Amino acid sequence: MAELNSLTLTQLRDGFRAGDFSAREIAESFNAAVAAARALNAYTVETPDDALACADAADTARQSRALKPLSGIPLGIKDLFATVGVDTTSGSKILGGFKPAYESTVSAKLRDAGAGMLGKLNMDEFAMGSSNETSTYGPVISPWKGSDGGNAALTPGGSSGGSAAAVAAGLAPGVTGTDTGGSIRQPAAFTGITGIKPTYGRCSRWGIVSFASSLDQAGPMARTVRDCAILLEAMSGFDPKDSTSLDAPVPAWEQGLSSDLKGKRVGIPREYRIDGVPDEINALWDQGIAWLKDAGAEVVEISLPHTKYALPTYYIIAPAEASSNLARYDGVRYGLREVPEGGNLDAMYAATRAAGFGAEVKRRIMIGTYVLSAGFYDAYFTKAQRVRALIKQDFARAFEQCDIILTPTAPSAAFGIGEKMSDPLAMYLNDVFAVPASLAGLPAMSVPGGLDAQGLPLGLHLIGREMDEQGVLNAGLAIEERAGFTARPGKWW
Amino acid sequence: MSVDTATVRHIAKLARIAMSDAEVEALVPELNNILGWVEQLGEVDTSGVEPLATVVDQKLRLRDDVIDADPLTGGNVRDKVLLNAPEAQHGFFAVPKVIE
Repeated sequence: MAELNSLTLTQLRDGFRAGDFSAREIAESFNAAVAAARALNAYTVETPDDALACADAADTARQSRALKPLSGIPLGIKDLFATVGVDTTSGSKILGGFKPAYESTVSAKLRDAGAGMLGKLNMDEFAMGSSNETSTYGPVISPWKGSDGGNAALTPGGSSGGSAAAVAAGLAPGVTGTDTGGSIRQPAAFTGITGIKPTYGRCSRWGIVSFASSLDQAGPMARTVRDCAILLEAMSGFDPKDSTSLDAPVPAWEQGLSSDLKGKRVGIPREYRIDGVPDEINALWDQGIAWLKDAGAEVVEISLPHTKYALPTYYIIAPAEASSNLARYDGVRYGLREVPEGGNLDAMYAATRAAGFGAEVKRRIMIGTYVLSAGFYDAYFTKAQRVRALIKQDFARAFEQCDIILTPTAPSAAFGIGEKMSDPLAMYLNDVFAVPASLAGLPAMSVPGGLDAQGLPLGLHLIGREMDEQGVLNAGLAIEERAGFTARPGKWW
Repeated sequence: MSVDTATVRHIAKLARIAMSDAEVEALVPELNNILGWVEQLGEVDTSGVEPLATVVDQKLRLRDDVIDADPLTGGNVRDKVLLNAPEAQHGFFAVPKVIE
């Protein structure tokens, strides 16, 4: 039998239920894989005892036939989710040593569904980054290597880079991610896995360290579309503690899975044909169109006229909200405190924040503070909010002509560690296809489509109507069945 | 619009982040690059468009006006609140002296 840690979440769940193996065997297999993969730097904290305790509870529950949806499944949790008594640092020095006295709603829901925890996953500091290089704990190294013989260390993408690397390397059957402007979808594409960001408000933000509140949304990352559907069902639901939580029932997404797309119209936005995007990406996109046609869908060209303004809009709104959210890190209530000799309260704030935040976080706080400052608020922030309204309107019009939108996930395959760090704008461009759906609050998912000439994974991106996660998952399943993507990174770590 | 060292120092002060001269110098071109790039939003005609603050089309809910309405986020959890404080004294957060 294959190693348990190479199975999908669905295979683990069903095999455990059928009595093929115990939950303890599953947990031990993943604990061993995690301990043997420290070279990847995917986990910042390992919690093998938690995984074992939950496994034992699942084994007992199996005997009494009292199983929950995720009984026997250990998960990795992105370090942005508050976990009781376990370090939650958001990849930042300023939250060093922070052990929350409370549990995020999403991780609590996963626990209530029977899941155990393998550990906390590395990420870009405060989720600000597209390559995991801004983490105070150092970059996550992708388990993938290019076939050019150079052996260069590649990024798993970001900000959910630890999450993506963990799934790709068999260090967790499923993980939580968060997506503010593509932070689930771009790393999923870079590592050959599947990830979905649901409609804004589906998953409670309570207990998730805030980056940009009007955009942040949690979602699952896993090997397959079905695995994502299972996890998303457990994570979603109304939460009175989050004022932006959607008060709507959670559909049975796994049960509703169907790759028959007869009668569905797939929109191809002409503005997403961007100059300078490699031919391989466009070729995969065309292949994706053919796959969806094969599944019975009709393909229509659509227009999203404000596409080119999405990134600049995002890079005003997200830093503005971040500068406000990150004002809470002042050395008073938690985390780091720096007090200069004889310094007053103001000096303590300034010194704590200078020592605790990394360069990218400072850059974004500075941009955010600038665009919100007196005299510039309307010119930048209000202007960006108006353009955001137009971007949302573009999608509403497009969805009068189609049911789902297909695009590439990212403009390239994974790049090397250090390659883009010196140029913030080049880094920001990585999220060019992912950001518009975030601004509009729409459900969107990346599924692996194929490999590039270097043997590195490329993702296809599906955007659905508000609340239509089922449509996104179903189109994702249609691609998954046809792409037959089974490539895995060779174990070198 | 572009920023100079004086503006960057002013923003750093507003953001409560201590910065060395070298850091300020380095941020001037970086911020100008990014601000120059976002200037393209000026091309978009947004007259008559309402600014979009949230994508969720629902009324802001209010919590019941009851003390300790939620056992987790309500009161009576002082010790938990202070658990991670860099410095706590007599059940309060302690900070450097504010009044001379």
